[in-house]
Amino acid sequence: MAGLMAGFGNFTHAVVRAIPESLAKEALRMNKFDVDLSKAQREHELYVEVLKNKLGLEVVELPADESLPDCVFVEDAAVVCGDTALITRPGAESRRKETEAMKKALSDLNLNIVEMTDESASLDGGDVLFTGREFFVGLSKRTNQRGAEILADAFKDYAVSTVPVLEGLHLKSFCSMGGPGLIVIGSSEHAQKALKIMQQMSDHRYDKLTVPDDIAANCVYMNLPSKGHVLLHCTPEEFPESAKVFEKLKDHMLIPVSNMEKVKVDGALTCCSVLINKKTNV
Amino acid sequence: MTTEVGSETEVKKEPEKAEQPPATATAPAPQEEPVSEAKPEAEPAAEPAAEPAAAEASAATDTPASEEQQTSESEQAKAEEKTDKKEKDKEGGGKGISRFLPPWLKRSKSQSQVGPKENAPKEGSVEAVKEEEEKEKDKKEDEAAEESKVDGEQPVQASTADQSQEQKEEVAEEAPPAEEAKADNKEEEKHSIGSADTQPAKEEKGEDSQEKDTEDAKPENGVEEGEEAKKEDEPTDKADTSILSPLRLTKKIKMVMCQVTMLDGSQFPCEVEKRAKGQYLFFKVCETLNLLEKDYFGLSFKDNTDQTCWLDPLKEMKRQIRNAPWNFSFNVKFYPPDPSQLTEDITRYLLCLQLRQDIASGRLPCSFVTHALLGSYTLQAELGDHDPDEHRTDYTSDFQFAPSQTREMEEKVVELHKSHRGMTPAQADTQFLENAKKLSMFGVDLHHAKDSEGVDIMLGVCANGLLIYKDRLRINRFAWPKILKISYKRSNFYIKIRPGETEQFESTVGFKLPNHRAAKRLWKVCVENHTFFRLMTPEQPTKAKFLTLGSKFRYSGRTQAQTRQASSLIDRPAPYFQRTSSKRISRSLDGAPVINVISDGSGPEGGKENGRDPALELSSDSKSKLRVQGENIYVRHSNLMLEDLDKTQDDVLKHQASISELKRSFMEATPEPRPSQWDKRLTASPATSLRLQAQGSADDKQKSQAVAAATAAQPVVEIEETVIVEEVRKTPKPAAASEVPEVQAMPSQEPQEAAKVAVEEKKPAREASISSDSESEEEAEYHPQITSVSVEQIKEEPEEEQEEAELNKQEPTPEPEPIAVAESEIAPAPVTVHPVVKDGTPNAKEEAQPVVEMVDDGIVEEEMMLTPDEAPNGYSASDVQGLGSLEEEEQEPRMNGDASHVETEHLPQVICCSEPPVVKTEMVTISDTFAAQKSEIATKEVPIVHTETKTITYEAAQLDGSGDGEPGVLMTAQTITSESLCTTTTTHITKTLKGGLSETRIEKRIVITGDSDIDHDQALAQAIKEAKEQHPDMSVTRVVVHKETELAEDED
Repeated sequence: MAGLMAGFGNFTHAVVRAIPESLAKEALRMNKFDVDLSKAQREHELYVEVLKNKLGLEVVELPADESLPDCVFVEDAAVVCGDTALITRPGAESRRKETEAMKKALSDLNLNIVEMTDESASLDGGDVLFTGREFFVGLSKRTNQRGAEILADAFKDYAVSTVPVLEGLHLKSFCSMGGPGLIVIGSSEHAQKALKIMQQMSDHRYDKLTVPDDIAANCVYMNLPSKGHVLLHCTPEEFPESAKVFEKLKDHMLIPVSNMEKVKVDGALTCCSVLINKKTNV
Repeated sequence: MTTEVGSETEVKKEPEKAEQPPATATAPAPQEEPVSEAKPEAEPAAEPAAEPAAAEASAATDTPASEEQQTSESEQAKAEEKTDKKEKDKEGGGKGISRFLPPWLKRSKSQSQVGPKENAPKEGSVEAVKEEEEKEKDKKEDEAAEESKVDGEQPVQASTADQSQEQKEEVAEEAPPAEEAKADNKEEEKHSIGSADTQPAKEEKGEDSQEKDTEDAKPENGVEEGEEAKKEDEPTDKADTSILSPLRLTKKIKMVMCQVTMLDGSQFPCEVEKRAKGQYLFFKVCETLNLLEKDYFGLSFKDNTDQTCWLDPLKEMKRQIRNAPWNFSFNVKFYPPDPSQLTEDITRYLLCLQLRQDIASGRLPCSFVTHALLGSYTLQAELGDHDPDEHRTDYTSDFQFAPSQTREMEEKVVELHKSHRGMTPAQADTQFLENAKKLSMFGVDLHHAKDSEGVDIMLGVCANGLLIYKDRLRINRFAWPKILKISYKRSNFYIKIRPGETEQFESTVGFKLPNHRAAKRLWKVCVENHTFFRLMTPEQPTKAKFLTLGSKFRYSGRTQAQTRQASSLIDRPAPYFQRTSSKRISRSLDGAPVINVISDGSGPEGGKENGRDPALELSSDSKSKLRVQGENIYVRHSNLMLEDLDKTQDDVLKHQASISELKRSFMEATPEPRPSQWDKRLTASPATSLRLQAQGSADDKQKSQAVAAATAAQPVVEIEETVIVEEVRKTPKPAAASEVPEVQAMPSQEPQEAAKVAVEEKKPAREASISSDSESEEEAEYHPQITSVSVEQIKEEPEEEQEEAELNKQEPTPEPEPIAVAESEIAPAPVTVHPVVKDGTPNAKEEAQPVVEMVDDGIVEEEMMLTPDEAPNGYSASDVQGLGSLEEEEQEPRMNGDASHVETEHLPQVICCSEPPVVKTEMVTISDTFAAQKSEIATKEVPIVHTETKTITYEAAQLDGSGDGEPGVLMTAQTITSESLCTTTTTHITKTLKGGLSETRIEKRIVITGDSDIDHDQALAQAIKEAKEQHPDMSVTRVVVHKETELAEDED
């Protein structure tokens, strides 16, 4: 019987979504980069491949929706913790409908669905950092206080602290979990500031792993029965310095995953999947 | 606690009981005598809590006397016992002694006649005496002291009975002769007083035991008696002086029926004397519950505004509940962050009950899954394994697992319950707690408030600090180490935050509470939680704070560290207790066939308690160790006890006795913050000694130590501290304070004398502060980072450890920032104050009285405001360096620049003035991190108070190159803080050994708070001059003047 908050990083399922062709032109982005659609799609396939074959997760692949250019970034549409899934209300108007398919997929997985219906609330999953013990919610362009409150309501067991995101798209644009109690953080000033705040707000102690590149700080951690600590992180081609930092994690099974194209539309590694743990369903 | 000691003793004495009346009979005579002698006041100190201003005033005067005397008394008593009959010699010690000697002698004689048999008890009682003694030394709350006095008596008596006791001797030896002597000299007149009220206590006891239905549990009697005695004292005191008539004593005491709602929902009716203190009832309840680890718990009540308040154990219940009904509830007060560290299952069980309540009421929110999981553990604990036959459908509906419980949830609970097969109740409770403790709101006490912008927020007090919530979101958190000061003023609550690495100044965050009472309640909870979780030992009530306005409330119980230590000594078979939480009628008993026997001992008990074994009961009864009462039935169930069943009654009794021995040791160990039995046992640790030293009453010790260890420097410092304080106070009106040192002949040189003086002075002061808060206080403050070395903080949070470590490097002091300096936030109008001071100053000897007056006046004056201030001096000891910082400030007591110390060689103090930088600071209110981040802006937007800050640094011209380069070896470090009406002096003495050179550095921080008409320059000059005079052999190396002027006040 899994106790409360046991098994951080244990996942059995992943929900992903294919890249629509519209992504290249229409997906939202903070900088004007041209995206090579086919490259991006290949990248994504590789990513899914890793989850499915290399890590043995059960992957639910949702079809792309051309009307939703950003739909590949499923993370923003839902926050799953334990067997509760909060269907978000994405901050970008154009992305609101992304949640529909997600909701269906998650309820098919028998998760308890909580919906964010409040019109005044907005929340992108990319702003939600779950550390295993608590949530940090970035207050960003996409996420507001109300959204965070609703999240706190949905996951009552956990402390939910808000962290201002002054630069970058999401909170997780410059940080993520690299293991239990290990926060991977970018070295930019705002990233460091955010980390300080998180440390101050927390009753728990976190180690930090600082990487030179903010976006490289976004990695995917899992703790899988057969594999132990697994970390999907940036490739040396993209961020050579940051990759070196990850390579110091001796206990982890390190899997560099390329994300060169998606990053142009502000997609990071965590953005492309929603990870779920169904086995240790209390 | 103390009470318990008393009760224990009582128990021991039981056989002897019959004899007591006679003993009592002897008492009256002596008793009268002292009373009549005592012309001043008969220790109104007893009641300071209750009596606001007036009481405080008198308390200040009397308490010292009585307390000291007490100490000496008990010492004497012991000494006497030791040498016993021939000990008349003792009398030589002082006239005072002779006064109180007779009673004791008489008593002891009568006792010894009576009590030859009680050998076993003696030991215990002697211990108790020791403890008491220590306590007294430490001078805690006078109330406590009073109690201990009462309790202490019994032990003394008992011990008197047996002179051969070795322990006694030990005890006697322990008593520092110096102290005794001093006490004798000084407090002659007062001795009588002390003995006077001691006597009545005695009397009371005798009476009580007669009145009481004796057959009832002895321990209880003991307690009650103690209480009553105490109570009796109070009235007497109030009655003022000489009237203490036996008649009064015989008067029937008014009893009141209290209802205590237990954690399992049952009602515990308890009759208490109307004037009983909170702890009386609390102990009764704990006793009924058979709870030893009681420090985590408390009694609460609803005040007339329906707010839940904690019952202060040291204050009379009556005065706390006021007109509210005498209904209380027993609750967890401090949620242990790691329940697995609790020693006993019964404690964990009670914690579970509390948490179930918290969960059901919604106070502790959790998710569906968690509700279900916790609920399933509850079922397992209460019902045992799921039994398909018995546990059909609705068996869960008697339980409340969540504020709103659905069918679905119950199903889930059942499903999970099935999975717990084989788990013992204790294990289930443990699992329950292991999960519950992870909930984010576990142990968080929420208070409604508004931030500076009027936004509704919640302040959550917990083990780690203060949490700020907006709706359900945590928007900020202030760990205890980050908080420098907690205060409240009217309905505002303030915390002062230690500056971050990059910040220069502390910031103060203010919150608005619904009303004054709420602010005070929050403040108290903070003080208590901070002390309990963060400190090793409770902080002494503010010392020497002559004129503190506002509450002097401090947490008086044991800290978590202490209670853990105490608990580790618990060595009793796990008490059986009936799990009967959710008011489901006896279900649990029948329902819990206690299937799984896993060595938990739960197996046997199940069977046993159905047919309670008479022998067991009997034994517990007769030993009165275990109370068999009401619905709570405790039956020993260990194998040990099973064996005992076959033994003779005698054997059983013996066994019980040994158990009670253990229990007693636990009990004794417990109580008050002062170093007690516990500390003694732990004496080996430096921590303890430090603590002892630093704790208020230990002053003498401190001093003598200082003297011995260091050169005259330290004691001198002490003096100076006092003197200077005075000086400063007087600044506006020059007066002679320097004469002070003359006072009395001390064993060693002048410095010591001076020290003595200081000590003397301090005592009254402390006394004064002891008086606990009156409800009328408008404000109070609390400095979590205590300056005194006494309080070691429990390390935690890597964050600040780092910081601290760094700081330590630079400054070989235990506390990196002596900043914690006490400051008086609001100074009374100097006008009133000064005259008073003047009166007091001339004769240090009689410090006590003047002090009292000051307190008096101060209090009357209260409400005044403000604050410019300043602080003089610093000096260095021979071959050392000193440094003083002068600061002025106001509402914002913090000074930044803590001068860095530089080594100097007898430098003629060249004080050079570097350009006085003028800095404008603002107090910023930051209620959430978001604001914090854009702080530059926020700062200007929301200042509460604007202050102008000016810092001037004077430094000795030539500095020895060595500077802070090498840290040296820290030999001793101590910080003494004294406060008076408008000044606060903090002396930080650091002794280091640097390359063979012993160096003493004295850092003084004087904060003067007052109206603007203080002539700062003059004050400064005066202070420096004074410093030089006082320490001719030291040089002033640095003077920092920090001046803060309030520009505008934006109160609420």
